[in-house]
Amino acid sequence: MMSPLSAEKIEALLDEYLEADLNRLVIDKQVAEIAQLSRYQQDRALHWVQIAANAHAEIGFSVCISIAKALQLMDESTLSQWIVHAMEKLDVEGLIPAVQSLLDVEKFAAEAKDRARGVVFEAVSGMLSLFVQGLSGRSLKLDRSETAWTDTETIYLPEYVGNFDEHDDNFALYKSILAHQWAQLWFGTWQVELLDGHKAPSLCLLNQLDEQILATPQALDYLHRLETIRLDYRIAAELPGIHRNMQHVLHLLDQVLIPSGWEDDIVILLSQDATIHTSCQLLATVLPKSPPSPVCFQGQWQLENLQSTLANRMLREKKEFQKAIWKLSEEQKKKQLKGKADTDEKEDSKQNKKLEIKKSEENQLPDNFDMEITLDDEPIPLNIEATDTFSSILQDFSEIPEEYLQTGFAGAYDTEADKKSEHDDLWAGTYHEKGALYYNEWDYKRLHYRKDWCVLRELALKPQGTGFVKQTLLKYEKLVKQLHNSFEALRGEDKLLKRQVNGDDIDVDAVVEAWSDSHLGMEMTDRLYTQMHRVERSIAVMFMVDMSGSTQGWINDAERESLTLLCEVLEILGDHYAIYGFSGWARKRCDIYKVKQFDEPYNDAVKGKIAAIEAQDYTRMGVAIRHLSHLLNQVEAKTRILITLSDGRPEDYGEYRGKYGIEDTRMALLEAKQSGIHSFCITIDKQGLEYLPHMYGAANYAVIDEVDKLPLKVADIYRKLTT
Amino acid sequence: MQATAFHPEDHLITTEPYYEAIGNEILLFESAYKNNIPVLLKGPTGCGKTRFMEYMAWKLQRPLITVSCHDDLTASDLVGRYLITGGETRWVDGPLARSVRAGAICYLDEIVEARKDTMVVIHPLADDRRVLPMEKLGEMLEASDDFCMAISYNPGYQSVLKDLKQSTRQRFIALEFDYPSAALEQKIIIKESGISAEYAQSLTKFAAMTRNLKGSGLDEGASTRLLVHAAKLIVSGVTPVEACRAAIGQALTDDIDMIDAVNELSATLF
Repeated sequence: MMSPLSAEKIEALLDEYLEADLNRLVIDKQVAEIAQLSRYQQDRALHWVQIAANAHAEIGFSVCISIAKALQLMDESTLSQWIVHAMEKLDVEGLIPAVQSLLDVEKFAAEAKDRARGVVFEAVSGMLSLFVQGLSGRSLKLDRSETAWTDTETIYLPEYVGNFDEHDDNFALYKSILAHQWAQLWFGTWQVELLDGHKAPSLCLLNQLDEQILATPQALDYLHRLETIRLDYRIAAELPGIHRNMQHVLHLLDQVLIPSGWEDDIVILLSQDATIHTSCQLLATVLPKSPPSPVCFQGQWQLENLQSTLANRMLREKKEFQKAIWKLSEEQKKKQLKGKADTDEKEDSKQNKKLEIKKSEENQLPDNFDMEITLDDEPIPLNIEATDTFSSILQDFSEIPEEYLQTGFAGAYDTEADKKSEHDDLWAGTYHEKGALYYNEWDYKRLHYRKDWCVLRELALKPQGTGFVKQTLLKYEKLVKQLHNSFEALRGEDKLLKRQVNGDDIDVDAVVEAWSDSHLGMEMTDRLYTQMHRVERSIAVMFMVDMSGSTQGWINDAERESLTLLCEVLEILGDHYAIYGFSGWARKRCDIYKVKQFDEPYNDAVKGKIAAIEAQDYTRMGVAIRHLSHLLNQVEAKTRILITLSDGRPEDYGEYRGKYGIEDTRMALLEAKQSGIHSFCITIDKQGLEYLPHMYGAANYAVIDEVDKLPLKVADIYRKLTT
Repeated sequence: MQATAFHPEDHLITTEPYYEAIGNEILLFESAYKNNIPVLLKGPTGCGKTRFMEYMAWKLQRPLITVSCHDDLTASDLVGRYLITGGETRWVDGPLARSVRAGAICYLDEIVEARKDTMVVIHPLADDRRVLPMEKLGEMLEASDDFCMAISYNPGYQSVLKDLKQSTRQRFIALEFDYPSAALEQKIIIKESGISAEYAQSLTKFAAMTRNLKGSGLDEGASTRLLVHAAKLIVSGVTPVEACRAAIGQALTDDIDMIDAVNELSATLF
């Protein structure tokens, strides 16, 4: 066994890790503590201090202060959770909360014990968000918060629930909390209405109550309880299983849902027809009674937050709905016009079209909305997005307000402008917008991922016309012919297999041999057939094109020319391929540009988009690889290849330069490899040899020294790669 | 009891298979049959395509020959081939040739899975020529009016690799199948399994829940067939939650979060 390190040695190491002149005054105490540990414990302590200090010197120092105690209190895996937790706090909340959580090591250790029996948001949120989606209704996000509440878009759940000794009971409580919030949305606690003379719709419950009642202290608590009773009844009828769950946790905590003395008053709530209006009417009756103590799963209403989110969402959905209906009804009109041929009716029918909402006559779906939108009595088929918005609006209003059907001006909406504004929102920090995706990023200094670190969006390119592609084909006319010949030879080779047990035809040679064998008294083989074996190429390839600022000019031209030639040969081969460009600016703006998706045919639009590829900002490669390999994995193919066309090393604004970027890219490529993707890099960076073998592996890259040779080489490299 | 063997081309379905029409598909099929037009059935798995074919075979009183296509199915598998028996070669008809000879209904299930060369024999049979080229015999087999061809495919999990070509599509009339409405689905479950109406209602609700998850991790929601399976388990005494877990949750996916979510959803109803 190795002998423990001396205090001097420990001090020297800590000095090195912590650049300790900052903390000269206090470090002696820590050195003394660590010196008393066994060698094994010392190594662990120093290891964690070093990793933490890589993230931030102050974090390293805090770990140094608490590490001796932490080693006493926690096992290996809890200890690493403790540090990872602090680093995530550093990323999300900043330095001070992170330091705080490290110094409070006892609290973390105690909570860690609780965690084992309790329910932690992070552990169940993935499953529960599927659960709540299954329950139907508008698609809801889950997030953590101090108390449980909802803003009609997100359901907030407590970070941790550990009221009971048994994990199952805690989970039952957690599920009840979620179900109650969901029920508020589904059974209309937050129903809105548009009052005459008002511009914007408002919550029914606020319209129903006069100011005097609202001013009464705790009036909303009373109302919340009335609603809880009403929802409980509805849940019992629709989802008996979850109702049993709720009863169970109430029983365990010795709570009752209906406060004593309320029984006679609330009878009218116990009906399918009771609504938020019923609860509001009852409020005056129960107000004089003593205030109810809240039940365990009800959470807390946060009316102000709710109202602002609700208002934004309704405005957005109104726009989306009007736009969708306008589009669909235009299509419908066109169809109807076509059907009517060219008579004089044409003009009339164009004018008299009327949009209406109708209750569908077949009331067959118990849970779904039985309404449809008609244009002159003909139902308009809704697409998926429109259906979602439609049902979300119905959930708010329980009907579609007339105003929503006035789509006359909707034609003025400019989709491009909408996209741009979404993108601007992203910049403004409101990147919880639709369409933004989050990806982890590997931090080699900490040896773990930074969670949801990169915000990625898929953006469209505006096609530029097919001129560029035509020119390129003309420019490389000879080469294109050569490529055609060499690639046609690769197309699905057929091979006749002889002496098969089964097959399309008889193998005469085998039969003759077998016949003579059997006459000689030997056993006759059963391998008498020939079979045509077709080698089908089952390849899906993703081209990831560097659109960073440094590609400006001839590199960009070379990239576009290469893509043009590639598309030519890939069309011959029939391989599945997609082309995406990537660029970005810091972690919150990682952009992916769609040039050609897998299911998109190679048409003029794609040609136009190839022409439209232009130099943008930086090269944050890791997140692009993660996103594109995710897309690639959704395609059915035996072989999946990710090919990067690049002009240099990964680089982004901020910390992504140098080793950090290379290590993250390498990690992203390793992840891709684990999911069965082969990665290859074609670069024109002459220094590529310095980092490419480390990132892509020894043989998985090609460095092309002259830019103008890129188009000539790329198709050839592809051919070698896939045969 | 011993299993009975029969040749499908001589076999007529004698008892009426249970089938609930969703729309006018029965009339459409009959009209197509009368007019010698082949039929293409589209729809998700387990929504009743195969049952519909059995029902039509019974209704039209024709034998039904079903071929489940797979990615190694070649034209010779359909048309026939020479086999060697006792030193001689003997021609053996494939299922398609047998159907044509017997004037049966030939149902090619999941046609896109088959190899591309099968189209060569399907095309002349599917248009107004109605002949089956039997290249190795040097013969053309002409179909009688009794013969009918039906193919099925599921547009839901079409990979881009396996798409039905326009030249094939445009020879058929297409019937679209989808899951039946809740009320009809309940009726089907009750009839097929003998379960109580209450349970049947919960099962259809549960199916709707899983169909909400389509696209968010599930490729397909629970099909009517799975609901019938679950109902049968419940009737045999398995608890409803267990039955849903075995017949539906585990059958739909291997993803652990998803299985848990599906199980939790079933636990909300029973």
